Amino acid sequence: MRFVEEYRDPRLVRALAEEIQGRATRAWTIMEVCGGQTHSIVQHGLDELVAPAVSLLHGPGCPVCVTPLETLDLALAIAEGSDAILCSFGDMLRVPGSKHDLLTARARGGDVRVVYGPLDAARLAGRTPGRPVVFLAVGFETTAPAVAVAARFARRQRLENFFLLVSHVRVPPALEAIAGAPGARVDAFLAAGHVCTVMGTAEYEPIAARHGLPIVATGFEPVDILEGIALAVARLEAGEAGVDIQYRRAVRPGGNPAARALIEEVFECADRPWRGIGVVPGGGLALRGDYRALDAATAFARLAPSQAPREPASCRAGDVLRGAIRPPECAEFGRGCTPERPLGAPMVSSEGACAAYWNRFGAEARP
Amino acid sequence: MSDAFDAGRLLAPACPAPAEPGDRVTLAHGAGTGAASRLFEELLFPRLANEWLAPRHDGAVLDAEGARLAFTTDSYVVRPLEFPGGDIGSLAVHGTLNDLAMCGARPLALSCALVLEEGLPLATLARIVDSLGAAAREAGVPVATGDTKVVERGKGDGLYVNTAGVGLVPPGRVLRPERVAPGDVVLVSGPIGAHGAAVLSAREGLAVESGIRSDSAWLGPLVAAVLAAAPGLRCLRDPTRGGLGAALHEIARGAGCEIELDEAALPVDPPVRAVCELFGLDPLFLASEGRCVVFAAEEDAGRALAALRAEPLGRQAARIGRVRAGAPRVVVATAFGGRRLLVLPAGDPLPRIC
Amino acid sequence: MCLAVPGRVVEVYEEDGLRMARVDFAGVRLRVCLETLPEAEVGAWLLVHAGVALQRLDADAAEAGLALLAEAAAAGAGAEEP
Repeated sequence: MRFVEEYRDPRLVRALAEEIQGRATRAWTIMEVCGGQTHSIVQHGLDELVAPAVSLLHGPGCPVCVTPLETLDLALAIAEGSDAILCSFGDMLRVPGSKHDLLTARARGGDVRVVYGPLDAARLAGRTPGRPVVFLAVGFETTAPAVAVAARFARRQRLENFFLLVSHVRVPPALEAIAGAPGARVDAFLAAGHVCTVMGTAEYEPIAARHGLPIVATGFEPVDILEGIALAVARLEAGEAGVDIQYRRAVRPGGNPAARALIEEVFECADRPWRGIGVVPGGGLALRGDYRALDAATAFARLAPSQAPREPASCRAGDVLRGAIRPPECAEFGRGCTPERPLGAPMVSSEGACAAYWNRFGAEARP
Repeated sequence: MSDAFDAGRLLAPACPAPAEPGDRVTLAHGAGTGAASRLFEELLFPRLANEWLAPRHDGAVLDAEGARLAFTTDSYVVRPLEFPGGDIGSLAVHGTLNDLAMCGARPLALSCALVLEEGLPLATLARIVDSLGAAAREAGVPVATGDTKVVERGKGDGLYVNTAGVGLVPPGRVLRPERVAPGDVVLVSGPIGAHGAAVLSAREGLAVESGIRSDSAWLGPLVAAVLAAAPGLRCLRDPTRGGLGAALHEIARGAGCEIELDEAALPVDPPVRAVCELFGLDPLFLASEGRCVVFAAEEDAGRALAALRAEPLGRQAARIGRVRAGAPRVVVATAFGGRRLLVLPAGDPLPRIC
Repeated sequence: MCLAVPGRVVEVYEEDGLRMARVDFAGVRLRVCLETLPEAEVGAWLLVHAGVALQRLDADAAEAGLALLAEAAAAGAGAEEP
């Protein structure tokens, strides 16, 4: 496939790895904040290629992992307690809620359906006028344009039975929270390439300046990730802060204006709890203005569970998501928590850090 | 014990991993991985245990007064019933006959049991049975006995098919994972994952035109050719439910060895790769219904590969790995010189966007 | 969310008031919404995510970038940062 295979060229990967090793005069810690990058790094063993010059930390780049438990519990309640059709990306289906997950809800009779895109859920609402269709809208700014398109389509077609259970999260506030946390040990960030294709890179300038660190908008293939790391190391060795674009074929500084306009029409910034981390100010998106009529949390408020959500006490997802520990350092890794019986989201999501370590090393990842 | 890949499970989501242990059957129990193994080990096997089930192979080999009979059964629940390159009928014949072939058996006869849902159009049933009959005739194997039942509308997904097959294993032929040893070579007869990708693409609602056709096919002649060229082959397996990944795991466990897979050598057709990229799937876990994995001693590998490539279904056969001493597991040697463990997904792969 | 795949527009059409495209990915065709990238035309390379176009791919930038990396790789250790 074009624009894919070329970026998996082992020759280029090896050359970049050598460059990184040769250029670094000390060990640097670089955090990536995108589950897609986590996945690629672990799948291809890229972290081994850059060690020990660069130590890679996985940040909270997994929107699935950070979807608040309350939101997931409400999705479960809607699926099991109403005649609504609950549509979701496949990624969310096996994430544990307080009691169980969406697939188990389906086993118990809930109408849970996987869709590839939110527009498919809106079209489904058009075909099933008698039943509410609720789409669990999870994702970074990358996914918000698709959801915005579905929202606008539903309004224009006057689909009164289409609802959005919104759990969109924004990356820059999370980066700010991590960079600003006491004891922060990140020297540089790889910014999520696909988020940047939509939003551009301007939001990262103040963060880079305020904390004096490099931020590189990076792609997902092995060559992209290594080139992104190489650019970060070059900046670090030169003692420079600032924002660079590695993913030049897809990221422009201004992003995608049409997509951003769609987001701004439908959503506004809001404070949002990130599961395992806590409330991130401005860390989410919420429906704005007339689009609030689509809000599932309001329309189905009567189904919201009365008891507070319950996380397993031993789950350290938050520490993993902030990069405070690596998954194998969690006592439950491979013991009480496996992909088949996960305690938290990062062990389930294909891009959660815990799942990534599991997929590379299995239970043997334990130190 | 494998059942046919059901890509309907991809969009009708599969494999729950409940936070609390369940007291019910879930879709995970049919997915061919973790939960399914546990169902077999913890509930089924203890109640039925015997020397033929114990090896946990796809088929049993029974000693019948001097002859060795291979006996196997599978049920087919694929959605949609008809897909590019085949249908549940031809799939049911190929699947069971291929299981016999993997035992090294010459098939003697098939049985066929149909569970029909009230409301299934007779024209659909006719097309599927035509296809089933044609597949059986192509292999020269009669459907010698069968059964038909009807269940109420809403209870049956259109049509379920069970086929069982019986065959004769020539004296001296022993194909089983236990024979696989360090130093052995792993071959595959052709590109993987086409069946899984074809069924996925055929699902309504995905708006995918992939042109991918299922690779469902009868492997008898291919297997006969490779066994003729290399009678000492250790083991054969068709990578159906759970894909090549699941098949290699089973063999690694049965052999008590490590299997190392060369990622760059894995044959995957470009449209299958594209569907995998689009939906975040791994071709290693997509079913093939007309491919064969061959475990051969190093000295037989060249001859076996040549024999595969001389066959119409084996033109793109490739050497994809080797067996090493070590803990029973599958590792993937990446194109970048690293190794990673191949971990089975907890259930059927789901399309993802993350 | 991160999984976005490059493909080429083979047809542009309208459906239910939405600008849509059929996009080709190595022989596989998918229905993609172009409301997020309305200027895209037949022949354009796009990144597609969750059923919509995310951004246009700049083939020249891609080729130039890869060429630089390849030169650096050929020159071996000590090559300048592209």
